[in-house]
Amino acid sequence: MPPHPASWLKPTPSGLYCLPGDFYIDPLRQVPRAIITHGHSDHARPGHAQVLATPETLAIMRARMGERAGASLQPLPYGETLEVGGVRVRLVPAGHVLGSAQVVMEHQGARAVVSGDYKRQPDPTCPPFEPVRCDVFVTEATFGLPVFRHPEPEGEIAKLLQSHALFPGRTHVVGAYALGKAQRLIACLRRQGYDAPIYLHGAHANLCAVYERLGVGLGALRPATAAQKAELKGALVLAPPSAVGERWGRRLEDPVVAQASGWMRIRQRAKAAGVELPLIISDHADWDGLLATIRETQAPEIWVTHGAEEALIRACALMQIRARALSLIGYGDEDGEEA
Amino acid sequence: MKPFAELLERLLFAPGRNTKISLLRAYFSARPDPERGYALAAIAGALDFPGAKAAALKQLAMANVDAELFDLSYDFVGDLAETIALIWPAQGDDPPALPEVIERLRAAPRPAIPALIEGWLNRSDPSTRLALVKLLTGGLRVGASLRLAKLALAEMGGVEVHEIEEVWHGLAPPYEDLFAWLEGRAARPAAGAAPVFRPVMLAHPIEPEDMGRIDWREFRAEQKYDGIRVQIVAGPQGRRLYSRAAEDISAAFPEILEAAAFDAVLDGELLVMREGRIAPFGDLQQRLNRKSASPALRAGFPAGIMLYDLLFEAGEDLRPLPFDARRARLEAWFARARPARMQLSPLIPFASAEELAALREGAREAESEGLMLKRGDAPYLAGRPKGLWWKWKRAPLSLDAVLMYAQRGHGKRSSFYSDYTFGVWSEAGELVPVAKAYSGYSDEELNFIDRWIRNHTTNRFGPVREVEKTLVFELGFDGAQTSTRHKSGVALRFPRVLRLRLDKPASEADRLESVRRLIR
Ligand SMILES: [Zn+2]
Ligand SMILES: [Zn+2]
Repeated sequence: MPPHPASWLKPTPSGLYCLPGDFYIDPLRQVPRAIITHGHSDHARPGHAQVLATPETLAIMRARMGERAGASLQPLPYGETLEVGGVRVRLVPAGHVLGSAQVVMEHQGARAVVSGDYKRQPDPTCPPFEPVRCDVFVTEATFGLPVFRHPEPEGEIAKLLQSHALFPGRTHVVGAYALGKAQRLIACLRRQGYDAPIYLHGAHANLCAVYERLGVGLGALRPATAAQKAELKGALVLAPPSAVGERWGRRLEDPVVAQASGWMRIRQRAKAAGVELPLIISDHADWDGLLATIRETQAPEIWVTHGAEEALIRACALMQIRARALSLIGYGDEDGEEA
Repeated sequence: MKPFAELLERLLFAPGRNTKISLLRAYFSARPDPERGYALAAIAGALDFPGAKAAALKQLAMANVDAELFDLSYDFVGDLAETIALIWPAQGDDPPALPEVIERLRAAPRPAIPALIEGWLNRSDPSTRLALVKLLTGGLRVGASLRLAKLALAEMGGVEVHEIEEVWHGLAPPYEDLFAWLEGRAARPAAGAAPVFRPVMLAHPIEPEDMGRIDWREFRAEQKYDGIRVQIVAGPQGRRLYSRAAEDISAAFPEILEAAAFDAVLDGELLVMREGRIAPFGDLQQRLNRKSASPALRAGFPAGIMLYDLLFEAGEDLRPLPFDARRARLEAWFARARPARMQLSPLIPFASAEELAALREGAREAESEGLMLKRGDAPYLAGRPKGLWWKWKRAPLSLDAVLMYAQRGHGKRSSFYSDYTFGVWSEAGELVPVAKAYSGYSDEELNFIDRWIRNHTTNRFGPVREVEKTLVFELGFDGAQTSTRHKSGVALRFPRVLRLRLDKPASEADRLESVRRLIR
């Protein structure tokens, strides 16, 4: 009888801890040994001694945190296996952002998968999520309510392009998180034929450069900060959501304020954010994506890290799958990185 | 249905009037008849589907969704129609056309309606589903107003909006004759035959800097009565009583219609009058916003009209005549017709601006809000032409503001939405909050307002409801000061609700600039 993962994988105030491997996954506090699923700041925090992650995630961490990314950084490419104190560790694509990985752990014949953040929609900037059969599947539930069904991103990008055609003189400012969302939007725009230069807020330029270095082509990009007002007339500008509402966004003349996020599905959220053009584009699994993934892993037990745990646990009960909330505090709320 | 759903969605999020108008214009120009006409009817609130209610739609949704998941979702979303639209499990890409929806609903027997709706929801994407649910339940509150739609139509046709207003009441969905005219394919639909509303002439408030510029000798003065401005249209085709916002309020004032045994269009102030004496506005409020008037109500609060102007007499359009000439015609007509329940608003003689100022201050509380000044040589023009009519209100420290947000009160009123945030119009054409106010109304009024808020909520933020921006209140206050609490940068001192102004469209609430001028 293989040991149930509950006996060797434990939620602690510092995050999920693997006893036999003596490491934390996406630790919330500084720890000696960390495995990082992806570069978002609520998962990749600075100051750990040893960090194991995909080479792409390590590159992103270095670009964001410099020296503080960790004392020693060990890359583990997708698919390769590493023994860590009696635990076989493998990183498998999570489809969330470039470098994002599920952590697959095997210990004495039992297998647990910590998926970090993930999505099931296609994303031209990163490899797709691969479901792995396991005994315990640890999932997020950011959009764990049946009202969240993300439409195809093509349609949302088309909305942006249509608005751009309808208001050719107005600058379209799209609020998008700096890591992942911004690059995905640019790549999707390129695929749908938009080849004019895209203007970037300073926060985005750095990470776009990392993506390009890692082989994700993004086309002509320009700094919005250095651009003349006239040059931005009718242009597409990407900025962090927080900057769109601020002075930075208002500096532009009569902009169309768009925002790309799964929350845009709910009108009052979109209106409260002062958004004129909501684009429902998310890097998290929607309701159907969560349920499909849970089924594909064939896991008899689901642990929910963060989001709308209550509803997802109810849905698992309806599918006769055991489920519990880990109630880890600290994911999904870090400087609005999520969604 | 999809283009209409897209329009609604963009209107909801459009930040300013001008954007909304261009969205509406683009839609009306691009879409064919009869779809665009039905869309216009939906925005105008001219459609009603008695067989489709929110509760029935919830039942449809619940048939396929776990109750606990539905409740968790409803908690999160906060709006029933939106929850239904989003949680609907099927997903299609072949939504019905808007005319199909309307025509089939009109033809279907009531028991067949739920299945019809279910089929449509299955065929639709989420934003179309939301448009459908809102259309069916009459909840099409999307920040689109009929006024903006008319402005968009005016732009589209290169005509003045009052030209549309004039024919509007003679038109019916899907308004093909209206579009044919706007596109130059047909003549303007006739307005003359039916008892239609004529756009009213409005006054500018006198600001201190205007005082020196006014040539007082050119103006005639009247009391500014404290009732609601109305238009009586009577003739062989019928009789109507319209509010100044072109709303047909005939049914609530049968005694006025009875008294309108003539062939004329008159401009006046609707008041409660007992033996020729004007009652306070509160009395008139008992009569407003009702579908009918019981004999007891009519006896207790008898309606009458102070006549200001004569626009048509026996089919003759007097509007191009100067005020003095119209006034002479009005007096002559009144002497002959002697209509019951109506009086002539007397002209107030004055020799100087000083005398006028004294008259204004002496205006009696209940009867008058101040003075109206009208240029003797001015024709009757639609809208608010500059410099022809002035209103000179008695108390400077009151203003008309629009209800934006409401919150439940405390104690005795904890189950009512009794704490309000009010806004006025900024230079950019946006409503910006300037005051929070409570109190100042009777329990009966509170009941009405509370119900109104529940029925006109557009958003919820925790305990706060955002409402459709259409309800106007007159606020009294002691002054204005700069404020960091409000986005407008100003706040009223000691604001209180003086009364509801159901007769006022939100677009005519006060402007931020006039509030700023009061900052000491
Ligand atoms: Zn993430
Ligand atoms: Zn996260």
